[in-house]
Amino acid sequence: MATKTLFDKIWDSHVVTQVEGGPDVLYIDRHLVHEVTSPVAFLGLENRGLKVYRPQNTIATPDHNVPTIDQHLTIQEDLSRHQVDMLTKNCEKHGIQLCGLNHPWHGIVHVIGPELGITQPGRTIVCGDSHTSTHGAFGAVAFGIGTSEVEMVLASQCILQPKPKKMRITVDGQLKKGVTAKDIALYIISQITTSGGTGHFIEYAGTAITSLSMEGRMTLCNMSIESGARGGLIAPDETTFEYIKGREYAPKGEEWDKALAYWKSLPTDENAVFDTEFHFDAADIEPMITYGTNPGMGTGVTKAIPTGEELSGSDLLTFQKSLEYMGYHPGDKMLGKPIDFVFVGSCTNGRIEDLRAFAAFVKGKKKAPSVTAWIVPGSKQVERAAREEGLVEILTEAGFKFRQPGCSACLAMNDDKIPEGKYAVSTSNRNFEGRQGPGARTLLASPLTAAAAAITGVVTDPRELMDA
Amino acid sequence: MAYDKFSTLVSTAIPLQVENVDTDQIIPARFLKAVERKGFGDNLFRDWRYDRQNQPKPDFVLNNPTYSGKILIAGKNFGSGSSREHAAWALYDYGFRVVVSSFFADIFKNNALNNGLLPVVVTPGFLQKLLDTVEQNPGAEFKVDLATQSIVNLTSGESETFDINPYKKHCLINGLDDIDYLVSLKDEITEFEKSKQ
Repeated sequence: MATKTLFDKIWDSHVVTQVEGGPDVLYIDRHLVHEVTSPVAFLGLENRGLKVYRPQNTIATPDHNVPTIDQHLTIQEDLSRHQVDMLTKNCEKHGIQLCGLNHPWHGIVHVIGPELGITQPGRTIVCGDSHTSTHGAFGAVAFGIGTSEVEMVLASQCILQPKPKKMRITVDGQLKKGVTAKDIALYIISQITTSGGTGHFIEYAGTAITSLSMEGRMTLCNMSIESGARGGLIAPDETTFEYIKGREYAPKGEEWDKALAYWKSLPTDENAVFDTEFHFDAADIEPMITYGTNPGMGTGVTKAIPTGEELSGSDLLTFQKSLEYMGYHPGDKMLGKPIDFVFVGSCTNGRIEDLRAFAAFVKGKKKAPSVTAWIVPGSKQVERAAREEGLVEILTEAGFKFRQPGCSACLAMNDDKIPEGKYAVSTSNRNFEGRQGPGARTLLASPLTAAAAAITGVVTDPRELMDA
Repeated sequence: MAYDKFSTLVSTAIPLQVENVDTDQIIPARFLKAVERKGFGDNLFRDWRYDRQNQPKPDFVLNNPTYSGKILIAGKNFGSGSSREHAAWALYDYGFRVVVSSFFADIFKNNALNNGLLPVVVTPGFLQKLLDTVEQNPGAEFKVDLATQSIVNLTSGESETFDINPYKKHCLINGLDDIDYLVSLKDEITEFEKSKQ
């Protein structure tokens, strides 16, 4: 029998049929829906007189637009409220489970899927959001789709999709002190660029990857799209099974044993072939920070911005435009750059482990008075856990504001906007121009590097402030 | 979603010599709050096009009356980032029917093809020549022919062919979308579900 990769095994077993000379008709096990990319799809469905084909395999939550304070009140902004109301109406009409505002399961779509046990190995999962790649951490084929494709899945539980190529990124060795999954992600993207993964699905492998917690794996897979890849996945193992067991939608009893046997058959066969391979050494990775306007423009926090000397033509123009936007110069050292805001949250780093790491770091310290910091949990469950574990007390003591769940300042669709020209160290995923508000300047980093900057008010090597 | 059928287009072009144009630039997140796909063209490249007082920025190419046309020629890795289909809607609504680049992000490419906006991938060398041609002569015309999968620089006569999935080509030429096709497979899909139980 031909050898197969983890990705092949899942993809191939979900192909209903192939369009002649065209894409695969891929069956989708779970469809996650949020308020921004779904209304036009529901409208399209209605215009065709169609119903949602498998509402029981669909789950929805409003996350992009929601305020992160006073969630018990009516949403103030008309357009946001309307979009959130539309989601509620559409879910009611089509019988879709909705985790609305104030529901105990409410949260960012990519945080709640895993914590409810909806995300499982071997599944195909889509959502009208590029960070759907997050769910690949469980050994699922998960990818972001456009609104037309959301409509396809609502109508038929299938999507037309050419099979992507396969890439394996192996990171071996032990991570150094202060280096997190976020740093692995930013390091990889700085090496392969924001288009290096295009056309591919990435499998992450190697000892540095298998030693990550589930939440670390989610952070890494989440950022796959920032390298241009459709998704990233990691072979399921004991860490995965342990995380899923007992969750709301996890298989129980006999079903669990059956599922486990299937999940254990999924890892890539020995000698399976990838279209592209990269190898990195964990020892080469240090805490990372970005200096430019795409996630590939990142460097070790102790290093300097490249000089750009080797660039020419439109590469050089793009590099210059980016640094001009950031107010930086080629060759500048990153350490000591003043910052104004710190944002901790998002589907990348808004989980309980992220908040634990941040709280442990700032415990007993004080936030720099010049810094405004927003700590935004990824979900209601994360929010509750942070309270129960005493993290909120630690954060408040150190001068930080703890907010309510949502996408928040990651894309600034709600009121959580970084003002024009201000610098924000953010644990989110994109440092594009204006991403966190018109004119805002974003430096992507891990929760630890964000914590260090929040304490000192400047870009700081987190290792300098960590206990030995 | 209904869109105009695509066969052949002869048009001038607008040059955008920037790489890695992400979908947050094409349409910023704060303009994604509509529940219908209408009027996104007004906010295409919003923060590059207008200043904070909503005045047009004269140095941005869409505000330069010298350039016009239904073809956008852009630097490599166009459409990276978010999956928002609003980016394709905004380009189409503004009047573009073709985007030419040496490289497109995957999700953007799918979204464009699903909305009658043709992404044309050319070699980096040919892309530079197209940009140079427009710079030298903003009135220069280009011909994009989907049937022969070719783009011709009508000034120099140089041309290149481009790849497109045969199924997507068929859809664009006939103005079809995927939903009707998928719904027609209902029996096969139901069979597939049974086989998995």
